[in-house]
Amino acid sequence: MSAHPPPRDEVPGVAGRPRRRWWTARRVDSLAGYLFIAPQVLGSIVFVLVPLGMVFYYSLHEWNVLAGTFHFVGLDNYRQLAEDPNTPSVLRATAFFSAGLVVLDLALALLLAVLLNQKIRGIAFFRLLFFSPVVVSVVAWSIVWGFLLQDNGGVNGILHAIGIDGPNWLRQGGTSIVSIILVQVFKNVGLNMVLFLAAMQGVPPQLHEAAQLDGAGAWTRFWRITMPMISPTILLASIITIAGSLQMFAQVSVLTQGGPGNATNVLVYYLYQQAFQFHHFGYGATLAVLLFGIVLALTLVQWRMRRKWVMYEV
Amino acid sequence: MRRTTVLRALAAAVALTTTLAACGSGDTPASGGPTTLRFALFSSNPKQLALLNGIAADYHAGHPQVSVKFDSIPQDSYTATLTTQIAGGQAPDLAWILGGAAPDFVSSGALAPLTDTLSRNADYQYGDLLPNATKVWSGGGTLYAYPFSTSPFGVFVNTDLLAKAGQQTPAELIAAGRWDWTALASMAAATAAGTGKAGLVVRDFDYKNWYQLATVWDGWGAQAWGGDGKSCGFDKPAMASAMSFLHKAVFADKAMPGPGTTADFFAGDSAMTITQISRASLLADKFKWDLVPLPSGPAGAYGVFGQAGVGVFSSSRNVGQATDFLAFMTGPANSLKLAEFFPPPRRSQLTADTLAKANPLLSPAQLQNVVVNGITNGVPQDSHTNFAEIDQTVRAALDPLWQADADVTKVLSGVCAKIQPLLNR
Repeated sequence: MSAHPPPRDEVPGVAGRPRRRWWTARRVDSLAGYLFIAPQVLGSIVFVLVPLGMVFYYSLHEWNVLAGTFHFVGLDNYRQLAEDPNTPSVLRATAFFSAGLVVLDLALALLLAVLLNQKIRGIAFFRLLFFSPVVVSVVAWSIVWGFLLQDNGGVNGILHAIGIDGPNWLRQGGTSIVSIILVQVFKNVGLNMVLFLAAMQGVPPQLHEAAQLDGAGAWTRFWRITMPMISPTILLASIITIAGSLQMFAQVSVLTQGGPGNATNVLVYYLYQQAFQFHHFGYGATLAVLLFGIVLALTLVQWRMRRKWVMYEV
Repeated sequence: MRRTTVLRALAAAVALTTTLAACGSGDTPASGGPTTLRFALFSSNPKQLALLNGIAADYHAGHPQVSVKFDSIPQDSYTATLTTQIAGGQAPDLAWILGGAAPDFVSSGALAPLTDTLSRNADYQYGDLLPNATKVWSGGGTLYAYPFSTSPFGVFVNTDLLAKAGQQTPAELIAAGRWDWTALASMAAATAAGTGKAGLVVRDFDYKNWYQLATVWDGWGAQAWGGDGKSCGFDKPAMASAMSFLHKAVFADKAMPGPGTTADFFAGDSAMTITQISRASLLADKFKWDLVPLPSGPAGAYGVFGQAGVGVFSSSRNVGQATDFLAFMTGPANSLKLAEFFPPPRRSQLTADTLAKANPLLSPAQLQNVVVNGITNGVPQDSHTNFAEIDQTVRAALDPLWQADADVTKVLSGVCAKIQPLLNR
């Protein structure tokens, strides 16, 4: 017997198989792909996931910024949330605001999109007119509306001219939250209008022509053809609008500061008050976790329900 | 080959980005070198900033290693911004502090003690500081912030509007010994009815900033809370009388514009306004005016002043240098310069003669009656630990009062029910 192993190409089963390179074209392509998305992934980790994790972490602590103290308190902040006498009114105002805004915004945007989806001379001017508030600073927009909605402001001046004694819009519980909803709808409706308009113009005209030949009226064509064809866009707009409505801050801060009473004290403004005005950063983080949970839950519900009313997915 | 080049380029870009990010999080320069103190304040008035920069330049001339950079922050969000900076580990070295937030900053340990540094230097004349001006900025006998601005409230009067409505002037009523709240409300209502303009405006109140009403209810001897800070004062008889008077003045007599109605005295929209004398700079030549003390109330004559302090953050890496600069900035010589905008809290400088040099718009009599007497005999506006939360809670609980059919006593009891747990903390 030989003391040396046989040559490699003489070993049964290995003979003729060349050594494989680890740095294959496939792996190089994969690495290139990962490197291309690395900035985005790093950005998401640093600016989204880490802060999100930190919010959960802070919600388990009592942090007195001025005294420089930071103590672990377990679930105390969550217990405080359950016992906070302001929690019901804040959630009620948030729900009312969000529901009112979403319904009015989407309905008005759809109506405007239908009206402006016409081939009429000068229609671009009207599209520009309704879209222009979207690009205006939200603070400037709110300040102007603040003046208009004063008791002796422009809105009541117009109402007075036609014999109506207008309410004190921002100082009465019932009208204050409705006023903020309307201010936000006028500000944002142009964005959803443009989305719906683009979706409507993507509907193949042959579908309408065929339906028209079959005797379908305008309403039937809208309900049976246009709506199903733009349903993915409606889903997108509703997700964006609901998430945005729950995070609305500037209008409340400028117009009412949560008043009168707590009538317009929505969750995100209450969070700001607790963290940045009252210096309760731990409890503020707990409210942020609640807000995150609500937005996540509503988005998931919409996503699950899409199968029932979204006709197709792009 | 091309693929390898692309990979190398991408790897280099990622490495560069990481390196730059690491460099961006770098720390302050090594100690011993030049120091720049960051000084946060809520004024962006170019004249005030020029004065402060001039004082900083004088200090730099004697201390070449130390410079001061003034960082203006809008007043509306001032305390919240400052708090955010502290939370982020980016607290300034020195900062103006609003009077309402004084107890929070003083009691928390956020500010470095000043007494030793200021009293050590005989030229500083520490004993010259007025006790009622330093009270809210002190804790345990130690001063934590210097009350650089102590500005009393007075009544600015548009004498043209009063004459148009056929009313006597406050000066005439003062001379006759009849300058009280009843006379003021009567004049305001008559002027509003006769001219179509507003009568009296409590400036900055706007039916939200309730603490501005101390300029009214102090005349009834009312207080938002007792001296110990534990007992609510809103449900006391004196407060009920003061608030009933105000409610009647707004909704029945129309002596004051109602909620949601704006009227700017300095634009000529109202006959009188209660505000701090520092607002005199807003006066133009649109109408004849006067400045008089707050009227007396059922509890007699009184005065109220608002304050702002300046302190050094104990978290600063330059506490010693910052405290030394603060001592330089607020010493007798610079205090005189600051008096152009901010009434000094020094007994020796709080005279009509001194103030007249810095406030040419106001007469010696106005300065004596409103400023000197207002600070010497007055009390600071309400403040409390956790003031921001108490402020918001009172605002929300008081909102029902600003309706024509409000039950004043019931609303005020409701305020106490809401804030008592906060006062007990």
